[in-house]
Amino acid sequence: MSRHALQERVFGIGRWVVIALLLVVTLFPFLYMVLLSFVPIERLLEDPARLWYPLKDFTTDTYRTVLKPEDEGGQGFTAFIRNSLIVAGLATIITLVVSILGAYAVARLSFFGRRTISALFLSVYLFPVIVLAIPLVILFSKVGLAGSLVGLMLVYVVQTIPISIHMLRNYFRTIPQSVEESAAIDGAGRFQVLTRITLPLAMPSIMSTALFVFMIAWNEFLFALLFLAAKREDWTVSLGLSQLANGVEVPKTVLMAGSVVLTLPIIVLYLAAERWLTEGLTSGADKG
Amino acid sequence: MSSRALDAPDRQDDTASPPVRPPRRNRLRRKENRDGLLMVGPTVVIVVAVVVIPVLWNIVLAFQHLSFLEIRDASPFRPFTLDNFREVLGARGFWASLRTTVVYSIGATLGSIALGLVAALALRDSFRGRGLVRAAMLLPYVAPVVAVTFVWQVLLNPQFGIVNAWGQRYLGWDHPQDFLGTEPNALLTVIAFEIWRYFPFAFMFLIARLQAVPGDVIEAAVVDGATPWQRFRYIILPELASVIALLTVLRLIMTFNKFDDVYLLTGGTAGTEVVAVRVFNYLTGRFDAGSAAAQAVVLSLVMAVFLLIYLKWLARTESEES
Repeated sequence: MSRHALQERVFGIGRWVVIALLLVVTLFPFLYMVLLSFVPIERLLEDPARLWYPLKDFTTDTYRTVLKPEDEGGQGFTAFIRNSLIVAGLATIITLVVSILGAYAVARLSFFGRRTISALFLSVYLFPVIVLAIPLVILFSKVGLAGSLVGLMLVYVVQTIPISIHMLRNYFRTIPQSVEESAAIDGAGRFQVLTRITLPLAMPSIMSTALFVFMIAWNEFLFALLFLAAKREDWTVSLGLSQLANGVEVPKTVLMAGSVVLTLPIIVLYLAAERWLTEGLTSGADKG
Repeated sequence: MSSRALDAPDRQDDTASPPVRPPRRNRLRRKENRDGLLMVGPTVVIVVAVVVIPVLWNIVLAFQHLSFLEIRDASPFRPFTLDNFREVLGARGFWASLRTTVVYSIGATLGSIALGLVAALALRDSFRGRGLVRAAMLLPYVAPVVAVTFVWQVLLNPQFGIVNAWGQRYLGWDHPQDFLGTEPNALLTVIAFEIWRYFPFAFMFLIARLQAVPGDVIEAAVVDGATPWQRFRYIILPELASVIALLTVLRLIMTFNKFDDVYLLTGGTAGTEVVAVRVFNYLTGRFDAGSAAAQAVVLSLVMAVFLLIYLKWLARTESEES
């Protein structure tokens, strides 16, 4: 066989081997998470090497325990879910309103300092988050926002505004300016053009941005830890899981149920909007 | 996606506008200027209040004595001192920590881009179910960090982790490996985790660029008898070079600043104390806000130096090209 044909063969087969391996590596931790979340801890400790359990061993008690309020002997994840939903939901709405205005201005209007502003937004990502943490804890405890969900939400808004302005602006620029101009000639004001013409056209981009912001806020850990660690009733799902995982009191399989509760909403949202999301994030990358 | 590329259209606008404008045009421009500022105003206010001011304050804090417990009394007007920097830079732990951060960042960056490239190449040609495989590939990146670090901890646990159980049963390990609790295992594991979690990020960008490579160029190479390796080396890789460079910088910056992955996996023990985790431990463990702030400043400075070197290099390669 010629060297050429040999290489074609090797690459042809290698490709499928690589795909199979990558699938195992990415999916296994998630499948194992789901499996353990339905198993009593004793079964796992008896034989940790198992990949499957007899059907009679499966239980949903883990989920009941993790979701029940603390005073009923559970772990109170239902309350954590509510906290996470409030914080992530509000952060998403505020970020979107603020960054739609900002992105539209940067994409369409020329105003004093427009270029400086892009640099300012970029700088948010250059600083280690931990640099912001110390002063923010001080600042928020001075104005009484430390230990509050409102303070946490504000931090999430700031952390997500730059990326959402970037995603939205790229999309706004693909909308032909002539569409807006003809509306303006018909007498629509700037605000009307934005709400009646531009926003409906930009809906796919707005949805993917919203999803991305929600994901960041739902998944965030450091600031939740700094602001809320002392008050259990304010914990988010991420914080709750990490705090309980440090201890030994709560069985690991119950916490696996907690992990599923934490991960599932994100995966559902992600699968619903995967296409939009990757396009929104990488737009511009294919232009080299 | 470099900022210069994004700015290019602005520059055209500026040069295109004539120097002298009729009065009506002038009024319109002033209104546009006002509207623009008004719309971008909320963003600027929020970013300044929650990013710019804290960063500046952090710099001030680095020059003051302040314990975590007196945080309510903190004010920018306390006396200045260099003690924090003296203490931080004099501590042996700091330099070790900086070295750990560099090893961690470089290892994780190169690893995740390499794996992302392999994944992108494997998924380039379409096949049935590619959409699903592609979606599955992005899961580690979108899933909550707390959940995935917890699963990794359970998988790798010396007592009940399935990895150790299998290693002992099928690979003949005579005793369980403590992946997260001993040197140098812990650092390697943390890097492996980071590669696992962020290869999808590289994959996403690389496959977008790959699919924009014109098919006829590759077909022509096939007709000319180029082997798969040659097609990769001389056609595909040069096309990807700019995206790889961008990814390297993005990932280096992000990993360098990373806190939660390492903190959640090891808490910074067993030789994995990266600077961000060390800052956190100073703040909440030693209650020394001043020294924590000083370390954060040093961390930012190191990163700024990296960034400057990169920008210099970028400017040089671009001027060579043109």
